[in-house]
Amino acid sequence: MTQQGARWTADQVLALAPDAASRKAGSKLGAAGPWSEAGSSDEGTVWGLCKGSGSKPYQTVVDIADAAGPAYKCSCPSRKFPCKHALGLLLLWAADDAAVPPGQEPEWARQWTAGRRRRAEEKKAGDDSGAQSGSADPEAARRRAERRADRVTAGAVELEQRLADLLRGGLATAEQSGYGLWEETAARMVDAQAQGLAGRVRELGAIPSTGPGWPVRLLEECALLHLLGRGWLRRERLPDGLAATVRSRMGLPASADGPPLRDRWLVLAQYDTTDPRLTTRRIWLYGADSHRTVLLLSYGAAGRSPELALPVGLALEAEVSAYPGAGQPRVALGEQFARSAPAAIRPPGMTTSRAAARYGDALRDDPWLESVPVTLDRVVPAPDGDSWQLADADEDAALPLTPGARSRPGLWRLVALSGGAPVKVFGEYGHQGFTPLTVWPEGPGDPVALC
Amino acid sequence: MTRSPAPVDAPGADVWEGLVTTALLGTDRRTPPGTAPGPDAPAALLDAAAVETVRRRAGLRPARAAGRPQPAPEDPRPALPPAAARRLAMLLTDRPGPSGGGRRGTAPDLTELLPQWLAVANARGFAPPPQVLPALLDAARGRTDLRPAALEFAGPRALWLARLNPDWRFALRATPGGGAALPQLEDEERIQRLWQEGLFAERVALLSALRSREPAAARDLLATTWATERAEDRLMFLDSLRAGLGPDDEPFLEQALADRSRNVRATAAELLSALPGSALAARMAVRAGACVAIDHMRTAQPGGPGVEGEESAGAAKSTPTIAVEAPHECDPGMERDGVVAKAPAGRGERSWWLGQLVEAAPLSTWSRRLGGRMPREIVALPVADEWQGELHAAWCRAAVRQQDAEWSRALLGEPSAPDAGGPGAVSLAERAKLLGTLDAAERAEWVAGFIAAHGLSEAFQLLGVCAVPWAAPLGRAVVDALNIARDAGSYPWSFSGVMGLAERCLDPSEASRLDALLAVPDEPENASPGAGGYWAEAFQRLVTTLRLRAAMTEELGAA
Repeated sequence: MTQQGARWTADQVLALAPDAASRKAGSKLGAAGPWSEAGSSDEGTVWGLCKGSGSKPYQTVVDIADAAGPAYKCSCPSRKFPCKHALGLLLLWAADDAAVPPGQEPEWARQWTAGRRRRAEEKKAGDDSGAQSGSADPEAARRRAERRADRVTAGAVELEQRLADLLRGGLATAEQSGYGLWEETAARMVDAQAQGLAGRVRELGAIPSTGPGWPVRLLEECALLHLLGRGWLRRERLPDGLAATVRSRMGLPASADGPPLRDRWLVLAQYDTTDPRLTTRRIWLYGADSHRTVLLLSYGAAGRSPELALPVGLALEAEVSAYPGAGQPRVALGEQFARSAPAAIRPPGMTTSRAAARYGDALRDDPWLESVPVTLDRVVPAPDGDSWQLADADEDAALPLTPGARSRPGLWRLVALSGGAPVKVFGEYGHQGFTPLTVWPEGPGDPVALC
Repeated sequence: MTRSPAPVDAPGADVWEGLVTTALLGTDRRTPPGTAPGPDAPAALLDAAAVETVRRRAGLRPARAAGRPQPAPEDPRPALPPAAARRLAMLLTDRPGPSGGGRRGTAPDLTELLPQWLAVANARGFAPPPQVLPALLDAARGRTDLRPAALEFAGPRALWLARLNPDWRFALRATPGGGAALPQLEDEERIQRLWQEGLFAERVALLSALRSREPAAARDLLATTWATERAEDRLMFLDSLRAGLGPDDEPFLEQALADRSRNVRATAAELLSALPGSALAARMAVRAGACVAIDHMRTAQPGGPGVEGEESAGAAKSTPTIAVEAPHECDPGMERDGVVAKAPAGRGERSWWLGQLVEAAPLSTWSRRLGGRMPREIVALPVADEWQGELHAAWCRAAVRQQDAEWSRALLGEPSAPDAGGPGAVSLAERAKLLGTLDAAERAEWVAGFIAAHGLSEAFQLLGVCAVPWAAPLGRAVVDALNIARDAGSYPWSFSGVMGLAERCLDPSEASRLDALLAVPDEPENASPGAGGYWAEAFQRLVTTLRLRAAMTEELGAA
């Protein structure tokens, strides 16, 4: 694929922005006006000088060669990452061949990219050699892991006790005791280094305020929490896959040690969830040859965008390796063989009945699973009272949208693109319903991100 | 949760109900089914609930499909070129944020470019990519000025979408007929039915559409129900005759002069006076003519009102002068012809009546009445007794109403005349309206001359009536004047209005002419501190915006 063919769309560029303000500021700089000496190289570097309010223009350079997403460098003082100049430069590059012509990297840009690539090589070499000598003292590591497991066990036992107390007195009292009880319990779980339990416990506190049917939801979540605690306490007797799933659900660290799987990975969806401390980015990939759908997770500290950025519609040639646990979709990105570039691949889809069955099957490996990634083929978004559903075009069956999905602006892009006609939709389906993430028109056309 | 996927209604349902009830009450009060009471009861309950929870989730089936929406109508227009589609997405991303105000920097204001983008896209007849419709509707919802162009571009699928989302109801109201298609204008029967039974907005839309195609048919349709319409409705319907007004409309309008409603009478009279050949115009000509005459014996006061330039300065003796004798009463005939008898507070009755008579009289009257003089000569005549302001203002209104270019030119005068920029007999607002009667090139040339002589401080209103993009001489005049203002050492925000207009209206091909202005100039001693830098920034933004507009137009393809 040539350099020109690999240019991204404006949407893909804007997906890199850390926040709405940067998106806006970047859009304004996506015109030729303030830029000079802009250019791009076949190696995947884009550079330019941007006239700011000062006398010296900012030097902006972006390295898009890295399949893990672009790297940025700009001489502006902004702490946003990427800054508006980097976004503007990429927008200009995406929209205007003439303004960013192919050329020779100027010295100031070359220094940075060369340094970056050298460091990447060194790191890789270091990783390879470190694999052998990584755990300097295996005995000490084993003792550390044991100590931690003991603490987690103590946490699980304590939680069991608290759940038993709750059930003895009845859930009806949980409505009055409110949030404080759960916050305190969650803090105890954090002390016990059982992050997975802490997160689930914290969510319990919110359930009594979620409206009609809350006792059912609270009992479900208590029961699954109990199941997890029991699973941990008896993990030695579980099959290996399920035991790994339990460890991961408890929040114990694991490394992606599955065999590397090389494929052409299509980016199906990318979206962020934020809490006050952390931004979590989820990126769903579909392997063109392996037909596997896998999940990349990337984190950013509060206010910063996670570093990995893969806009919908791109494909990258890369190896991934799976995290332990039966039926886990999560993988880590390994070696990348070619720069990410737009691709016209579409994942094959299924009916709503198959999607429901898929979720049911997945629960066998991981009973705590909230949802599974599925692509629905030939579905029509249809209003259903004050909610929406995706109905099979050819059958009398439909999946309701999750409460969260129907209040998002993406819903209307989905409805507009469909116009009452069948579309292909990728999303997550589980017991709460379907969350649409990406839609393809029935005819030719690019995927449209809904999240 | 009625909206969650339907759980299987299998034997387990009763078991689950029992578990939930027990959990609510607590195992101290009720023993879970199938277990013994005691310290292990809570764990047994949770075990059973875990099994049931996973079972219920694993057994989920799809729900039954609700009624599907009707498919959206086809949009026959060609799709946007990809580059233009990207540009639109970018323009729609840039919403005015809460952090408005403050320094604008060198970046263009994309929101200001959206109207222009829409105008070009509509002129070229493109259809939008469906997925931008929500953003487009949201933008139109927030900005009423954008609505007509945005909804035209958004097309039939947007109306389909608007029926599904209450936030976009405005789109259904803003579209004639509430989004329902108007009948084909050939379909006589459906037109009659819609006219007889339609909602008011639908009837107005029908009448306007018909009027633009077949003026006489629209008038005839209106005549069929005229007598039974309500007064407010009659006023609106009558107003729609303004489009394509012609001599054929006179009998109908004459009849409306006898209407019960005073507003209807006034509108009918106004429309008739815009027909210089009408009987009403002739009656007004007689009345106005009786008030205005040449007085050859009077000597204009030196420096008095209306005395212009050197010509009259020396030869003050026996200069022909216009004498005005305002009407002494407003008789029933005048009232019937639309003259409003009661003057607004603070105005003399007689001058109020005079103004209305002159405004409604055909301008062609005056040449004959005032010694065969041409409009330019008439306007140059001094007017006695301080009537000049009243008389000229009435002529201005008449020139605008009758769309008379020659009289407009005469009243506008030379753009470089000293009083064109200051408080003359003709105000800037009136000049702006007069300019509207001239063709675009002449308008631009006059405003360019005005700016060259008077600078930019008074030009804003006049620039607003010029065609976009500005003609070359006008654009040059504006840029030169901005350059002069910069050299004078003031701050650019005194000219932010004109700068903003220039960003939207200057021809993009002028961008290269601005190159010399982009650098920060050396600061002269008397300049405001830092002004040079701000000016450079403002010019950079102007050039950036122009380049962006050029790119936008190019992306939308050749006309």
